[in-house]
Amino acid sequence: MLRGLWKLTWIEIKVFMREPLGAFGTIGFPVIVFLVIGRVAGRNIPAPSLATSSFLRLGLPVLAALLIAVSSVISLITIVSIYREGGILKRLRATPLRPQTILTAHVIVKLALTAATLALMVLAGKRYYPIGIHVPWFGFTIALLISTLSILSIGFLIASIVPTARFAQPIGAAILYPMIGISGLFTPLNYMPPVLHAIALALPMTYAVSLLEGIWKGDAWSAHMVDVAALAIMFFVCTALSAKVFRWE
Amino acid sequence: MNNLRTAFPVIQVSGIRKTYGRTVAVDEVSFEVNDGEIFGLIGPNGAGKTTTMECVEGIRKPDRGSISVLGLDPFRQVYKLQDRIGVQLQQAQLQKRIKVWEAIDLWASLYKKKPEDAERLLDQLGLADKRDAWFMNLSGGQKQRLFIALALINDPEVVFLDELTTGLDPQARRAIWELVRGIRERGKTVFLTTHLMEEAERLCDRVAIIERGRIIDIDTPQRLVDRHCPERTVVLATDDLAAEERFRAIPRIESVVRSDMQLTIRGRGEDLVTEVIHCLSENRMRVTDFRMIVPNLEDVFLKLTGHSIRD
Repeated sequence: MLRGLWKLTWIEIKVFMREPLGAFGTIGFPVIVFLVIGRVAGRNIPAPSLATSSFLRLGLPVLAALLIAVSSVISLITIVSIYREGGILKRLRATPLRPQTILTAHVIVKLALTAATLALMVLAGKRYYPIGIHVPWFGFTIALLISTLSILSIGFLIASIVPTARFAQPIGAAILYPMIGISGLFTPLNYMPPVLHAIALALPMTYAVSLLEGIWKGDAWSAHMVDVAALAIMFFVCTALSAKVFRWE
Repeated sequence: MNNLRTAFPVIQVSGIRKTYGRTVAVDEVSFEVNDGEIFGLIGPNGAGKTTTMECVEGIRKPDRGSISVLGLDPFRQVYKLQDRIGVQLQQAQLQKRIKVWEAIDLWASLYKKKPEDAERLLDQLGLADKRDAWFMNLSGGQKQRLFIALALINDPEVVFLDELTTGLDPQARRAIWELVRGIRERGKTVFLTTHLMEEAERLCDRVAIIERGRIIDIDTPQRLVDRHCPERTVVLATDDLAAEERFRAIPRIESVVRSDMQLTIRGRGEDLVTEVIHCLSENRMRVTDFRMIVPNLEDVFLKLTGHSIRD
């Protein structure tokens, strides 16, 4: 059924790496943001208060992880809309390739990208944040991949409604970044106005934050099954929806 | 052209209709494409050529009517069909930074059949020295040749070419025509669309003229011209003052117009020229210029639709 998947995935990775800004924007940008925030915060506050150090310890790594996920998703939205506008999706469809193979290849590329960026960030972070050493990296990576997959399915929905490739990036950013804002990362959900609270509960970002924070702190997976289930449900709902509304040309 | 072969249809389209919202793109379109021929769907932009072709390729579903390609239902058995046909789409693109050999390699891996020898194909299409080039750095003609290579990689039984030479310079266009004739010589059926009458005339064994979503007529280019535009015109220059009268005396000739030394002689049928020449030699007329104006598909189109294909 998935004939051509690995070849297509490998080609998409190569094509992406040849993109001068694509590779830098997606892999480099979150790493740089992470380092800059870390250094600035670390320098300006010589004796970290409890609040700042808690943000540095927990919030910043999770924020950085989410930024990785979001930039992967935005890159997916952009690529899908460019491929649609250029007739590339249509060209690939007029072969024995199945549509799901084409989309799966892109999802795999984005997940690989997420994992690669995370690895890079960990390497960079080791120099500046000795705190991260005792964190369950494997579990955290899995948690991030699950979160990314769920957010990617929203990305497909967004890619379906974006009118042209030019608007793909800004529209994607305008929808996804605010989701981080109300995800509970900065303000606990309970302190939010009821409307925002309700919206937050309907967004995958909220569960992603809860899962990532928990795993980072060393919680057991069993304590976060609700988050995983919510992310899975959102993945299936969004995938089913985008299968209905997705436009190939 | 393929009269020696028993013609049997590999594509049968009957009564298809396709609408986009309120716009009727094609309506009541029926035709057959025979094994081993080059069949052209010709008409102006927006006439419904691409819609028709994409329905036959299985990437669009007609609202009504039936299509059979190699005995398959193109929409329901689209993957089976894709395995046996080769498709070049109008205005398609590939990933900007995919290399020529990567595209060929990917396509070759998608089909069940053993792929054609990729290196030989690239060589035949003059792309051998471009195998490591990125798609975005190819010229228009090279891109089209790559798309032809992709359409041929699975050794297909039917090849679909949609507006193959649009946007190419005359030289590249001629090279592509040669390639398409080569495809037919390998025993494959070619179904193409074009809005270039010259292309249709030089390439196609049979053409269907489509206009505003409907097919107006189908036949060989020659027979279409004979049927719809039997007029022939001879323009000659002579200083023989009696010439005008002598030509008028020939029954087949419908009009003779004189302008200074130049005579424009109009009539119908292929024999007009013979009679004019006969008259010239019989009367030993001295002729300093002689040319024939033979109608072509362009004129057929104008006659059938009342407007030029370029409008």
